[in-house]
Amino acid sequence: MAVVLKTDKITKSFGGLLALDEMTLDFREQEIVALIGPNGAGKTTFFNNITGMYTPTSGTVEIFPPNQKSVKIQGMKPNLITELGLARTFQNIRLFGNMTVIENVMVGRHCRTKSHIFGAVFQTSSFKREEKESVEKSFALLEMINMSHLAGNLAKNLSYADQRRLEIARALATDPFLLLLDEPAAGMNPQETEDLDQLIVHLRDELKITILLIEHDMKLVMKISDRIFVMNQGRLIAQGTPVEIQNNPEVIKAYLGE
Amino acid sequence: MVENIKKSSIIAVWFIFLSFPLVVLRVDYIDKTIDYRWHNILWIGIGAFFISWVWRYFLKRKNESDKSSEGKNQGTSASTSRFQVQKIFEHKFALLGILIAAAIVPQFMSTYQTSIFITAMMYVVLGLGLNIVVGMAGLLDLGYVAFYAVGAYTYGLLNLHFGLGFWISIPIAGVLAASFGVLLGIPVLRLRGDYLAIVTLGFGEIVRLVLENWDVVTRGPSGIPGIPKPAFFGVKLGFAGNMTYLFYIILALVVIAMVATRRLQSSRIGRSWVALREDEIACQAMGIDTTKAKLAAFGLGAFWAGIIGVFFAAKSSFVSPMSFTFFESAIILSIVVLGGMGSVLGVILAAGILILLPEYLRFMADYRLLIFGALMVVMMVFKPGGLITNIRQQYTLPKRNSKEELAELHSSET
Repeated sequence: MAVVLKTDKITKSFGGLLALDEMTLDFREQEIVALIGPNGAGKTTFFNNITGMYTPTSGTVEIFPPNQKSVKIQGMKPNLITELGLARTFQNIRLFGNMTVIENVMVGRHCRTKSHIFGAVFQTSSFKREEKESVEKSFALLEMINMSHLAGNLAKNLSYADQRRLEIARALATDPFLLLLDEPAAGMNPQETEDLDQLIVHLRDELKITILLIEHDMKLVMKISDRIFVMNQGRLIAQGTPVEIQNNPEVIKAYLGE
Repeated sequence: MVENIKKSSIIAVWFIFLSFPLVVLRVDYIDKTIDYRWHNILWIGIGAFFISWVWRYFLKRKNESDKSSEGKNQGTSASTSRFQVQKIFEHKFALLGILIAAAIVPQFMSTYQTSIFITAMMYVVLGLGLNIVVGMAGLLDLGYVAFYAVGAYTYGLLNLHFGLGFWISIPIAGVLAASFGVLLGIPVLRLRGDYLAIVTLGFGEIVRLVLENWDVVTRGPSGIPGIPKPAFFGVKLGFAGNMTYLFYIILALVVIAMVATRRLQSSRIGRSWVALREDEIACQAMGIDTTKAKLAAFGLGAFWAGIIGVFFAAKSSFVSPMSFTFFESAIILSIVVLGGMGSVLGVILAAGILILLPEYLRFMADYRLLIFGALMVVMMVFKPGGLITNIRQQYTLPKRNSKEELAELHSSET
């Protein structure tokens, strides 16, 4: 399987603190990869470095969008990286609370549409067509996460689990080939986690998207991941299939101590 | 009950204490004696007692209704969304009604009344412009009056030096003000909230001070007199006729600004502004270029101010830096906040209240600012969201087989 994202020795330091230490890893087409590790291991920092929120101190991040030339993206602005096909969700939910559910998803369509002020004010035919497409596509995504009946509600009034799923739909609206989920199951009950797990597998199998997730729910991680990377103190300490990881002494040591 | 009486009594005593020097003591300079008007204390005490009682009652009721509506929102989603759709229709009819009434009004009003209404409508457009920057994009701009000044001086100076007319000046001033907006936008891209407010406040002052001190170009504090009013297809109208004509021009501008704002609000750009206001980091992560979005908001907001600046110069036929103080920015900002952030109808209503009310309260001239201030406090306590809460556009999709469609959409794009 083809590689879609490769990091080469990315390092990030905040002053004297080394948050990421020469992380080298790659994700392949259509796989679910989990990034796990104890709190403060640097998982979210890793996310932020490949999505442009942070600029790595050194090292490169290269992506290979399907049917396109590869691009080195370290240090690029987050919106450009999203345009290239990397979408993400946030650990602490960052929805647009005072916008409706459907509008949240439509904001995700922003970088795939072009109309500007002129078109909107004069309601040109290309503006109307684009707007209609946005609405249809957004509704389709809401259907997929079973939330189309909530389309007109304000995002801040949704339940916690619905907010997490809406974040995924919003990220999907940007047409990504790689989706980064930061603790998607946090705060969900077992039934909701079950639904989420089906959704993630559906994304990989039906939409052909590569998924990278940070997650603390080990049951979920072991069940759906194709490969797992384990981080501790900014360093990659192990990688492999769920079974390999479960029996890796380094990992056990990181989680349980000696 | 006892608790309430106690609270209100304390407030009454406090008010008596506060107002004592003002309402009780009166110094007679001729006889060199002091009048003690003790009966006034009684009125202040009784007034404060009852007002505090009523105040607490309404505050309690507000808190209760807040709580119950919160519960409702979570439970019945379908009913609330239907309610919102209805509200949008109500707004449309309300707008149409106001428009028709406004069109007939100048035929029955004195020139003085027309003039007041023109001013109010100027503030409607200014409010709608600032609404883009503050209400939608969430960028607190305290120097909005600078763009208004740019517009007014553009017309004033172009007319003085090159004899350019009103209509040609409008687009020039609009574009020039928009460029100033973008120019201001560039250095403040990284700022938010309080810091942004301070910088924009400074910008407003800079523009005013430049106008005041750059005598060679702007004629300094003496201003530019004799700016002509627009002629009606080459025909010079009388004083009253001019006012009526200006009334219809500004009415047209209000309608254009309203329609444009409404359309922008439910467009890709409008959504990106609101997203920017709601969460800048998420906004950027969703592929929105925040730099572009911010500059567009600043530019478009300033555009309207520039146009109204031209109109202002034509209406008053005199511009001077005195007209563009911070107080103007504050009034326009009050209109946006009082009306309800991002709400078009709210801006119209608030401009009406804030501009017309002081005019019609002239008969109690001594107290009008007091009433004005009290009104603002009451509004912010009881309706902090503004007069009219902005209602988001509702989208519907005709029912189709969604699964097939989804597959179709995704296969077409990969």
